[in-house]
Amino acid sequence: MAPVATPFFFYLLAGIMVIGGILVITRRNPVHSALALIVTLLAQASIYLMLYAPFVAGVQIILYAGGIMVLFLFVIMLVSIERSMKERQFNSQWVIGIIAATALGGLFIAVYTKGRDIFPDGPPTMMEGDNTQKVASLLYGQYMFAFEIASLLLLVAIIGAVVMAKKRI
Amino acid sequence: MGAIIQYIQSYLSSDKTPGAAGNMFWALVYIMLVFGGLSVAVIAMNWLERKILAHMQVRLGPMRVGPHGLLQPIADAIKLLLKEDIMPAEADGFVFWMAPLIVVLAAFTVFVVVPFGPTHAITDMNIGILFMLGVSSLSVLGIVMAGWASNSHYPLMGALRSSAQMVSYEVAMGLAVVSAILMTSLNATGTGTLSMIGIVQAQQAQGEWFIFKFFPLGLIAFFVFAVAMVAETNRAPFDLAEAESELTAGFHTEYSGFRWSLFFLAEYSAMIAVSSIAVTLWLGGWLRPFPNMLSGNPWDQIFSLFPGVTFLFFAAICFYNTVRMPKHPLFRIQTIGLAGFGAVLGLIGLVLFVPAVSTRIQDIFWFSAKVAGFMYLYIWYRGTFPRYRFDQLMQMGWKVLLPLGLGVLILTASVALLQQKIWHP
Repeated sequence: MAPVATPFFFYLLAGIMVIGGILVITRRNPVHSALALIVTLLAQASIYLMLYAPFVAGVQIILYAGGIMVLFLFVIMLVSIERSMKERQFNSQWVIGIIAATALGGLFIAVYTKGRDIFPDGPPTMMEGDNTQKVASLLYGQYMFAFEIASLLLLVAIIGAVVMAKKRI
Repeated sequence: MGAIIQYIQSYLSSDKTPGAAGNMFWALVYIMLVFGGLSVAVIAMNWLERKILAHMQVRLGPMRVGPHGLLQPIADAIKLLLKEDIMPAEADGFVFWMAPLIVVLAAFTVFVVVPFGPTHAITDMNIGILFMLGVSSLSVLGIVMAGWASNSHYPLMGALRSSAQMVSYEVAMGLAVVSAILMTSLNATGTGTLSMIGIVQAQQAQGEWFIFKFFPLGLIAFFVFAVAMVAETNRAPFDLAEAESELTAGFHTEYSGFRWSLFFLAEYSAMIAVSSIAVTLWLGGWLRPFPNMLSGNPWDQIFSLFPGVTFLFFAAICFYNTVRMPKHPLFRIQTIGLAGFGAVLGLIGLVLFVPAVSTRIQDIFWFSAKVAGFMYLYIWYRGTFPRYRFDQLMQMGWKVLLPLGLGVLILTASVALLQQKIWHP
């Protein structure tokens, strides 16, 4: 089967992600920002697919695009859009932002030019066939402890949210 | 030219889905077939729902357009296409325009992995069931967008209700699905699968549909899914998002004409999609009833007659009603039309008796028949159950279905472990 991980698709998806990301921070209407973020997340899921990680891609769609972003939209929809569009936005920290972005960009360029040997020579050739099973056996075998700790942390967060939101328990 | 024909023919000898074989031509043919079949199914559902609901309420239902209202869906489609397409002046144009598209795309894309048979699927994905759940969960985005972009109160309320409802029932649905997927791993190697075809093959290998597995655990998981899937598709008795007595039409109040018909199309194809998930996970997908108890040659022969007999039965109903048509000359064309429709159904039935056809069509027939059973249930629910109140709906989702799903999951895992470690070490 011909590989799907062609440079064309990578540049297409990366372009969509960058445009979506720019739209997220430039739109004044928060609902439009959230929709642009969804586009970015879906393009990211497709990039996971190109990396032969279908499980991660599926989870990305279910959790981020189908779950978290719906809750985001849910909250944003209740905000009065007319008022929030006239308000001044919290973007007065652009000097620090530019410094941080330049530092990150410089790091990327340095890694790409100096550390060529950490990248594989060609596109990876492993089949997507048993990706899910591999993820499962790693998660529930080798990294069992870390996985359980993470789920305990989430449980604590859920209980904390309920305690803080409810007046009487 | 010869190369093209060879490319087309090369797929016929392989026993894989066109997606797995990497054959572009057959993949396109399958996509066309699924899309066409789905559209016909939605048209048929439209007519059947009105007819069955009417008969449940001791009415006649559509009777005027065509014999027994058979052409009513087509008349409706023409009406919707010709209707003026109104966009509210204060609406958010782009989002208003995108919302029905997203809902339709999400509802149709999931059919890429629906297994109508071991080779009759567009493709088989390693993450099949995850893909179906993920893409169908995107349709809630379209509903939320439609409700918000209309810039009107009823749609916004409908969208809020619908998103809250869909997000909460997705949790219970996911837990029920996980307990079925867990059952696929009960084999010699101990590895399960998320692929839709793999799930049905696991039921075939274990010689048991998952609804009967670890009785009653499989049945309870199926029940949780069957309730959650009605809520997921916003159908009665969970149709609070479009409760006409309080919200006019819910999230699509401001939509008209073609855009509204896209929502309609998406709703029915989403119903078919979730029903096919239920059929694949618990009811053995394309497998015929009693594959083990009634196996062997005479039974295989008898069950291979079912598709043809079903169509002949429909044809017989048509002919019976042709005879019962009023003899008045005004009903002449309708009588001829009904007889013609019966003749077409009968011819299809006869073609299905040809052994070469019937062996190839078997799996598709059983899968569609099971899905059709679920579609009837949907209509039945709508005719019987009163609508829930919103707090009752939330209570049902979070306090009944979620604990039930979790309990079934834990019990299934424990029983499976016991079975592997103690009973059959």
